[in-house]
Amino acid sequence: MLEVQGIHAAYGRVRTLFGVSMTAKPGEITCLLGRNGAGKTTTLRAITGLLPVSEGTITLDGDDLTRLPAHRIAQKRVGYIPQGRRLFAELTVAENIEVGLMACGEGRETRDWVLSIFPRLRERLSQRAETLSGGEQQMLATARALCLRPRVLLLDEPTEGLQPSMIEEIRQVVLRMKAEGLIVVLVEQRMDAILSMADRAVFLDHGQSREAFIGNALRADPSILTRHLGV
Amino acid sequence: MEFGPHLMLATLEGAVTAAILALTAMGLSVVFGVMRVVNVAHGEFYMLGAVIAWFVASTLGAHPAVGFVAALVIAPLLVGSLAALADVLILQRISYDPERTIVATIGLLYIIQQTTLMTFGPDARPVEAPFNSRIALPWFEFGDGGFALYWPWGLSITSYKLFVIAAAVVILAALWLLMTRTKAGLVMRATQQDSAMAQAFGIPVARVYALVFGLGAALAAMGAVLIVPIQQAHYLMGGDPLLLSFIVVIIGGLGSLPGTVIAAVLIGMSDGIISVFFSPTLAKILATLAVAMVLVFRPQGLMGKSAA
Repeated sequence: MLEVQGIHAAYGRVRTLFGVSMTAKPGEITCLLGRNGAGKTTTLRAITGLLPVSEGTITLDGDDLTRLPAHRIAQKRVGYIPQGRRLFAELTVAENIEVGLMACGEGRETRDWVLSIFPRLRERLSQRAETLSGGEQQMLATARALCLRPRVLLLDEPTEGLQPSMIEEIRQVVLRMKAEGLIVVLVEQRMDAILSMADRAVFLDHGQSREAFIGNALRADPSILTRHLGV
Repeated sequence: MEFGPHLMLATLEGAVTAAILALTAMGLSVVFGVMRVVNVAHGEFYMLGAVIAWFVASTLGAHPAVGFVAALVIAPLLVGSLAALADVLILQRISYDPERTIVATIGLLYIIQQTTLMTFGPDARPVEAPFNSRIALPWFEFGDGGFALYWPWGLSITSYKLFVIAAAVVILAALWLLMTRTKAGLVMRATQQDSAMAQAFGIPVARVYALVFGLGAALAAMGAVLIVPIQQAHYLMGGDPLLLSFIVVIIGGLGSLPGTVIAAVLIGMSDGIISVFFSPTLAKILATLAVAMVLVFRPQGLMGKSAA
């Protein structure tokens, strides 16, 4: 279980998180929701260790991640799919996957597993990541994170800017990872995706967590979303 | 000597300069490419490599080849370790902030230079070349009897200078293999692309930076060990390589390794040829003018990428 308790974080001197708490369980999709600037991406960056946490704690199955450097957190099998994909643009598809595999010492078996999920990447192995289409880049970003054989999968707006068929493909992969028992934390703006996938939802506002709902409550009363997101 | 043979001689001298410059500039380029650090102390790592080469060779006192080979191993290792230590103790602590990094490496420059002066002294010291036979070079002419080869008086090069060119090519090829065919190279390239994402995928970026800073300095030291049997070791010898390396890296494109090699060949050859026919000072003036033109008309350099 991933537990975030009252974390505070800042970009330099600009404080952005003022006490975010959330719990994400294996085999569930926990959605982080909120308006732009609410602190969703910042929370994910704090969990990955890319942003230092000044107060509060982050634990994974009781293991304290709060003060660990980012590379050690990745080695705990925390996979991150950042907003905008952030691929190693000048590296090939194969090299991007290799970087993911190296993080936790995974090998050919994991590589084959990942490429079986995204067979289209197999045809593009020698192509530079920057030359892929938007959808293929998202596949690669997801594949790279799956190369860690993650216990936790953090996804930051994975369907942003994708065509519907690709959105569905990514959605199916996320649901498959949930079924395989991963802890999935998803930042998403699209209401249909939230309603169809969320097992839990945590609303953030001005760098603080406000309310948490279970997915069924959201589906029973979608107006909760419009009320909190102002859409 | 006629113009043709003279030009050939100058070209060979230029090739030696280009070989050493390619190694030294490659060190600067690797450091800038991966770490975005402008290392003003790079020339001092070069100087230190030369001084350590002299120390190792003179301390061993064995056959010049033994001293030279020992220096070629020991000097880059020591200089690389010192640079990695400087990265951990200085650059990491100022978070690689660009302005503070420049000031810090200027400080490092003076510390290394003055420490060398205090310990090694102000005199230039020679290192004996492991082999140094003179090889006469042929030239050709079309006379009444048709095409004919002949050996003009003075047209020759030493076997050691040819070795320097070959050694530089081998070291650069090894570096290319390291960067493109090994996991260490992949880690460095991933860190160069996006250091935050590299961390998020388990790469210990701080350790990579220390190794890259050490590698950059070791390359400069290798260049110095190769050149010291030709130029002698001196505590002020780091200035010219630093200037020329910056010129090469800017012309080649900041952080572009192929660009660095191309620019090193262009600048090194022109430096050698102009120095032979005119003067070394004119060669430096023209190289500086070339860098100014590049900055005006193609700021990203020959092989660099323009900012989006």
